Amino acid sequence: MPDFASYAAALPEIGLAVGAMLLLMIGAFSSSTAEQRMEREGWLAILFLVAAGAAIVSQQTVTVSAFDGAFISDAFARFVKLLVLAGSAAAILLSFDDLKRARVDRYEVPVLILLATVGMMMMVSAGDLLALYVGLELQSLALYVLAAVRRDDVRSSEAGMKYFVLGALSSGMLLYGVSLLYGFAGTISFAGLASAAAAPGAATNLGLIAGLVFLLVGLAFKISAVPFHMWTPDVYEGAPTPITAFFAAAPKLAALALLARVLFDGFGGLTIQWQKIVIFLAIASMLLGAFAAIGQTNIKRLMAYSSIGHVGFALVGLAAGSEDGIQALLVYLAIYLVMTLGSFACILAMRREEGPVEDIYELAGLAETNLPMAFILAMLFFSLAGVPPLAGFFAKFYVFAAAVKAELYGLAIIGVLSSVVGAYYYLRIVKVMFFDEAKPGFVPAAPYVRFVMILAGLFVVLYAVYPAPLVDAAAAAAKSLAL
Amino acid sequence: MNLSGVPILSLVTLLPIAGAVFIAFLPREALGNIRYTALWTTLATFAVSLLIWLEFDPATAGFQFVEEREWLGPIKYKMGVDGISMLFVILTTFLMPLCILASWESIEDRVKEYMIAFLVLEALMIGVFCALDLVLFYLFFEGGLIPMFLIIGIWGGKRRVYASFKFFLYTFLGSVLMLLAMMAMYWHAGTTDIPTLMQAKFSPDLQFWLWLAFFASFAVKMPMWPVHTWLPDAHVEAPTAGSVILAGVLLKMGGYGFLRFSLPMFPDASADLAPFVFVLSVIAIVATSLIALVQEDMKKLIAYSSVAHMGFVTMGIFTFTQQGIDGAIFQMLSHGLISSALFLCVGVVYDRLHTREIAAYGGIVERMPIYAAIFMVFTMANVGLPGTSGFIGEFLTLLSAFKVNTYVAFFATTGVILSAAYALYLYRRVVFGVLEKPALKALSDVSPREIAILAPLVLLTLLFGFYPAPILDVTAVSVKALVAALEAASPAAAVAPAP
Repeated sequence: MPDFASYAAALPEIGLAVGAMLLLMIGAFSSSTAEQRMEREGWLAILFLVAAGAAIVSQQTVTVSAFDGAFISDAFARFVKLLVLAGSAAAILLSFDDLKRARVDRYEVPVLILLATVGMMMMVSAGDLLALYVGLELQSLALYVLAAVRRDDVRSSEAGMKYFVLGALSSGMLLYGVSLLYGFAGTISFAGLASAAAAPGAATNLGLIAGLVFLLVGLAFKISAVPFHMWTPDVYEGAPTPITAFFAAAPKLAALALLARVLFDGFGGLTIQWQKIVIFLAIASMLLGAFAAIGQTNIKRLMAYSSIGHVGFALVGLAAGSEDGIQALLVYLAIYLVMTLGSFACILAMRREEGPVEDIYELAGLAETNLPMAFILAMLFFSLAGVPPLAGFFAKFYVFAAAVKAELYGLAIIGVLSSVVGAYYYLRIVKVMFFDEAKPGFVPAAPYVRFVMILAGLFVVLYAVYPAPLVDAAAAAAKSLAL
Repeated sequence: MNLSGVPILSLVTLLPIAGAVFIAFLPREALGNIRYTALWTTLATFAVSLLIWLEFDPATAGFQFVEEREWLGPIKYKMGVDGISMLFVILTTFLMPLCILASWESIEDRVKEYMIAFLVLEALMIGVFCALDLVLFYLFFEGGLIPMFLIIGIWGGKRRVYASFKFFLYTFLGSVLMLLAMMAMYWHAGTTDIPTLMQAKFSPDLQFWLWLAFFASFAVKMPMWPVHTWLPDAHVEAPTAGSVILAGVLLKMGGYGFLRFSLPMFPDASADLAPFVFVLSVIAIVATSLIALVQEDMKKLIAYSSVAHMGFVTMGIFTFTQQGIDGAIFQMLSHGLISSALFLCVGVVYDRLHTREIAAYGGIVERMPIYAAIFMVFTMANVGLPGTSGFIGEFLTLLSAFKVNTYVAFFATTGVILSAAYALYLYRRVVFGVLEKPALKALSDVSPREIAILAPLVLLTLLFGFYPAPILDVTAVSVKALVAALEAASPAAAVAPAP
């Protein structure tokens, strides 16, 4: 007899996967023009994403362990899934206009985004190493193709190639770690790993530790934590901008959530061991993100380094190794998602008659030619820098508060200092927009791009007025993870 | 009039925001409407804040007009004022209309953004002095960086970009360390409520680190030697009104922070580190006075004199005596009036000649007699001449310092002499002398608008010089409670060791 309860728990994922297949068929057999197909498929994809979101919201609030523990649906997973769905939907909204103008209006783009989203949701809900790997690969393969979607463009092809080769390498390492873990623990379920990690002598079990390290390395690549970040700037720069927006938002969230789940559910007994690694990753990412971004003049590369830095800050929450830390991580991810999507909406609006521009000095004097956009982008960047009273401050506040509570003072001090260094390059863009001589204005942005931009701007400015719901939701989600 | 139940502090804080939002919807070209909206908003805010002063009960040491609302779980939205903070709110709301008036004609570019930035800045500054929750305080304290960064960067002088970055990064660096200390306090005391934290006894070791972290922020804001270097740059490059706000209000946040946080929350560390603060204060008073003596730029000279005057404030605060702290608060308020007025005076001639170089002036008394008289009042007040408000603060802080540590008082007193030297030297070079530069011959005296700006400042400077009671009455009880709490917490603090 089929396991109906399990299927019910995975209904949003199943629905999305079926939806993606359906869209593929519609696209393949439809006779309309490419432009119409892309637009229609995009809206249908958004519809599926919203439906999946609604299904998640309506799910029971208890923790369900489905498919013999391979798939976990709990408050943590649901929180992150909603964020991932929102990020994917926003990325599709952002892609319409840009892809059309770049003549890569292929209907596969929304389909691939949907498939990647299914993979991400699998990752977030993974309850054993196999589900983890399958989810991760489904996501990654879709992303490789998306990076190279503009296949006539050298940079885009290069980005896809680079992403694929390095991604395959990291998947290999991850898989090697998985096999080591299986060999030494005799199980692939996180619950089984947890008891193996809690057993006496686990800390000196070389196979277990080595497996954990390989697993961490593989995941560190996916979240582009230093020193496994090398692909990020090139891929961000090369991929079409809406795809970059997608890369920067949803997959990072899913991979960080997966990391949190593996480390907490699977290796709670080895916290002292993995904490050291996470602290190193966090410090290295924060510092590199802060210093390397200073020299960038391409705004997409700058955002790449900025995202590396932000992953570092998010890892600070994880490094705390506590329920507060997970809550902080979730708050961080939610706010980071909005800030990133808003920033990329602004980057997409950087377009002249001749085409899109990416140099930050093209923003010169934006405050005179387009004050609303300059204001929103400035607020987003102040928020990314963590200046109160904007939303980004609260994100940083919670992660550092968790680190201070865990008495990781060194980490917290390095973190806030690198946020000061990071403030410099965000300020530089504000300076270019507000203090410099005006360049010719941009062409008006597409309505959806403007919509995302305004929504993100309102969120960062007004978040301080009513911050409690997000924090409370994150607290509830964190509770279901930290045992 | 009964104000109970009226969230008057939130009202004062939000009024400027309401004005800013209203201006945001006005068309860019409606310069008159924008200017008048800003002016009326600031005047209304000032009027409401006067109600606070009227209703304020100077016999109570605790917080008044307290409002508390749910905000972020354990972190509440809590506002309230006591004798220490109330007058800073009034100072802010009082200076703001003057700033708007001072920018009336000198700012012609992007007026709308300018007024919005100023109104938002006003709201944040008021919030700093009213906040009774650590996180809320930090929000206001740091939030002010954004509008100030834009004000210096957009409407500033030639090196505005450098100055605005330096201002922002310096302050930000100091404050993030304070933020970490706030988190540590939260985890140790379990609350971010300021009145509760004042009662919390942190262990001496912890106090030491927390004190240093807060000091990092307030010392930069104050600014104390040697982290004062951002101030001359920011002052010189900022537009006149920006300088007024910087000198008048933003610098006071450092001293206010010492009184609100460092002293009551970390009394042991404050007592231990008082000699350290004295040394820095004395160096600030003497060294920056000497530096002021050789300045060629009027604004820079006044900026350095501000650093020196703030040295008296830190010295007074860390005597832990009623006189010293009363004097420090008085000095801050009076410096808020005097330095603002001096920057406005510089602004008057700058608007006419577009140079701040002292050498470009000389003998302007012949063309601007009223201006010369007004400038004279503020120069004397800056020197600390008896009869001006500048005297009371300096005198009280020096008096208390004498009791605590004679050497400190001795060196600080030389600062008084030096301040007379640089202030009078400035006055002589600008106002007296022979009027021979052709550009100066066409100068016109102060306009009615400029008189309207400067007259209230002249009146208050003289009034509080002769009759300081209105201010000292308000602060006395709160300061007394603070001093009593300090003595109870660490008897050693009452009498600092003589060298």
